[in-house]
Amino acid sequence: MTATGDPILESRDLNVRFATPDGEVHAVRGVDLRVRAGETIAIVGESGSGKSQLMMATMGLLAQNGRTEGSVRFRGQELLGLSARALNRYRGQKLSMIFQEPMTSLDPLYTIGRQIAEPLVHHKGISRAEARPRVLELLKLVGIPEPERRLDSYPHELSGGQRQRAMIAMALANGPEILIADEPTTALDVTIQAQILELLADLQRRLGMAIVFITHDLGIVRDFAERVYVMQEGRVVETGPTAQILARPEHAYTQMLLAAEPEGRKPTVPAGEPLLLEGRDLKVVFRIGGGWLSRVRHEVRAVDGIDLVLREGQTLGVVGESGSGKSTLGRALLRLLPSEGAIRYKGRDLQGQDRAALRPLRRELQLVFQDPFGSLSPRMTVGQIVTEGLLVHEPELSAKERDRRAAQALEEVQLDPLMRNRFPHEFSGGQRQRIAIARAMILKPKLVVLDEPTSALDRSVQKQVLALLRELQAANGLTYIFISHDLAVVRAMADEVLVMKDGRVVERGITEAIYERPHEAYTRALIAAAFRHEARSGVS
Amino acid sequence: MALAQRPAEEPAGAEPQRGRSLWDDAWARLKANRAAVASAALLALMLFACVVGPWLSPHPFDAVYRSYVKVPASLAPYPRAEQIGPSLESALRRARVTLEDWREEGGRVFVTVTSGRAIDPRTTRYLDRANDFSDTRVEEASEDGKRMVFSAEVERLYFLFGTDANGRDLLTRTLIAGRISLTIGLLATLVALFIGVTYGAVSGYLGGRVDTMMMRVVDILYSLPFIFFVILLVVFFGRNFVLMFIAVGAIEWLDMARIVRGQTLSIKRQEYVQAAEALGVGSRGILRRHVVPNTLGPVVIYMTLMVPKVILLESFLSFLGLGVQEPMTSWGVLIAEGARNIQGATWMLTFPSLFLMATLFALNFIGDGLRDALDPKDR
Repeated sequence: MTATGDPILESRDLNVRFATPDGEVHAVRGVDLRVRAGETIAIVGESGSGKSQLMMATMGLLAQNGRTEGSVRFRGQELLGLSARALNRYRGQKLSMIFQEPMTSLDPLYTIGRQIAEPLVHHKGISRAEARPRVLELLKLVGIPEPERRLDSYPHELSGGQRQRAMIAMALANGPEILIADEPTTALDVTIQAQILELLADLQRRLGMAIVFITHDLGIVRDFAERVYVMQEGRVVETGPTAQILARPEHAYTQMLLAAEPEGRKPTVPAGEPLLLEGRDLKVVFRIGGGWLSRVRHEVRAVDGIDLVLREGQTLGVVGESGSGKSTLGRALLRLLPSEGAIRYKGRDLQGQDRAALRPLRRELQLVFQDPFGSLSPRMTVGQIVTEGLLVHEPELSAKERDRRAAQALEEVQLDPLMRNRFPHEFSGGQRQRIAIARAMILKPKLVVLDEPTSALDRSVQKQVLALLRELQAANGLTYIFISHDLAVVRAMADEVLVMKDGRVVERGITEAIYERPHEAYTRALIAAAFRHEARSGVS
Repeated sequence: MALAQRPAEEPAGAEPQRGRSLWDDAWARLKANRAAVASAALLALMLFACVVGPWLSPHPFDAVYRSYVKVPASLAPYPRAEQIGPSLESALRRARVTLEDWREEGGRVFVTVTSGRAIDPRTTRYLDRANDFSDTRVEEASEDGKRMVFSAEVERLYFLFGTDANGRDLLTRTLIAGRISLTIGLLATLVALFIGVTYGAVSGYLGGRVDTMMMRVVDILYSLPFIFFVILLVVFFGRNFVLMFIAVGAIEWLDMARIVRGQTLSIKRQEYVQAAEALGVGSRGILRRHVVPNTLGPVVIYMTLMVPKVILLESFLSFLGLGVQEPMTSWGVLIAEGARNIQGATWMLTFPSLFLMATLFALNFIGDGLRDALDPKDR
């Protein structure tokens, strides 16, 4: 569908500045943007490029310290500088928005039905009871199964994908002319991601609204958007029809974004290498409910009888959707969670050892977490975070020596050692993940469990972090367990793959073999979702 | 709807910075907070005044001026010119002599007295005995001794805050009361803070049975009536100032422990705690480096609320006769007395309340400042 005619939303020379105690941050620098009726555009850029702030400014949702200059017109009406009251005639009616994080965008205290009815009740002035049929209709429209029942469900009863659908239903409630989707699929599993994108495309065809799609992943807008704006450091560096931008990117930044797919393969480790870690019939069972007096009500078998063998220098990729038990498996192997079955590290039984006996081994068994925002203590400086392990394992070191080791470790992960005196929140996601890696590497471990180490990062940053991990592995002879839902990343990192579903191994084997000839339908679905865009365009 | 993205806070990698810990950083930012700095200065001044003031004051805190019961606060000295006459009259009536005339000259009064009989020169002692006069001398006497002129020094007394119902200087008493109230307020709070944070953090972090047991102990202590508990302590240990710390501290830490436990429960699920566990850090290290520093925000806020609570609790105890005893006093006691006398003597309420209020304001601003300063994310 091609949109013609005058733009319904138009920004001219839009600037957004944030006043911070450290000086002014110029987040959006003179952006011109046009959206025509019924058109889909994508705004693409890495985090910090100002793509979200651009739309936040349009919706009047900037943080308190934000200031805007320039003009944003919706059908000729200037939106900037309108009072919140006047702006509410447009927000949620003509312009609506869906957010990245479906887990936190819904209020946990109200039912889905009530939250979707909220914009109807507010803007149309109808009662909740009158809104109910319309809400049901919306839920059917966004394809939530059993909509009658879901109407009275609370957000926690829905999966991530269903919540995002509910968010979309809420945004569609008043039949908006423009739907702004701010990274609507980033927090979701790959297979769910594809479904949500299809839903959005389908809704656009049926309802004919314009969609502004904000994303960091140039790949997923391929079939979806008509025009693309590429943003870098607050500026639009390149714009044009999607096909043209993808085929002949002119700006270096766009080329970099396109080439950001993880590259490289890891050679298989010969079978003669010594065994490092061995798990036999590993089970992790969470008992839900039950206190002093009541019985256990419910059991969840997160890991259900898994065997695995790791040789020195190997990387085992563990893949599966969220909830498949892959993170639980990683933690159980390091004895961070109680489990049943045998775990042998260098021939030594890890089960049945108490915390004190495990402590010397902790040094060799390290873990890097998915969320670089949550895994660094906010009240410790980077230097303190990185050297914390040394306090435990080499308590005899002087403060000065620790400081020197911290500087060295930061250099090893390609960070400026001067940064060790800062707090984690001052760093970008990629930098934080490097800090987390430095914390593990300073102890010179043998085995590192990498739990989705790159899924919270931008594509280009992801590529750098993966390269760093491979370098560290080659330099120090490390063994990795690489947990991820992203098969493209696992292919670049692992020499053996274990596909998990519902706590069980669905398929396992040499990486290449699994990717070339997947046996199970589940594996095929995961691969299809991960390489969908690549396969179509031939970028690989 | 929540904002999905924070404002851009990316600019890392700007200029290199020197080393600083959480505390250095907090200190620097606290200094930048004007309200907090002004409050800290005020609080320091208050502490200084309460410690040093009673020594410098011309009136001992327990001195009773019978002639000046409930005199209003004033910058002018007592006695007033119009009070000298009646005061002389009442003193001389006791000496059974008649006041004929008096005049004031250079800080001394010259009193002409007459009597039917000869006047004993020792009559001057009656004047000395009154608060207002001292150094009474016989200046001249008539031949028959029935008429004499005494001269006496008029004692000029300043009661800047007025006096209380017993004729004691309110300024000195307010300052001496400040010693008690601030000591109890700050020390009992620190005691409660220390016990509460440790107990709550340990209970929350260890979890499971230990947590259940520890929190049931807190519940049991909660269910003890406070007054019953205090009376019990007094019965066993006698009345003692230290006892008040124990009593107040023993009650106040319960709330703190619950708050900290709640915080700890959410903090221990954070990935940075799991990361520390994966590093092999022991429970003590995790509590000290990860859990306790991250509970600081609510703890500091609660602490600033606790100080006034403790000060008022102390006055309640004193009111029941279990706290400080006359002539010693505290702000709570002074305020209670002032409230009783509000119709006739507003100053008795005004001045102690002003001191208490100023302290609480200052503590609140400092608390706010501390909370902001201790949160490295909030800039």
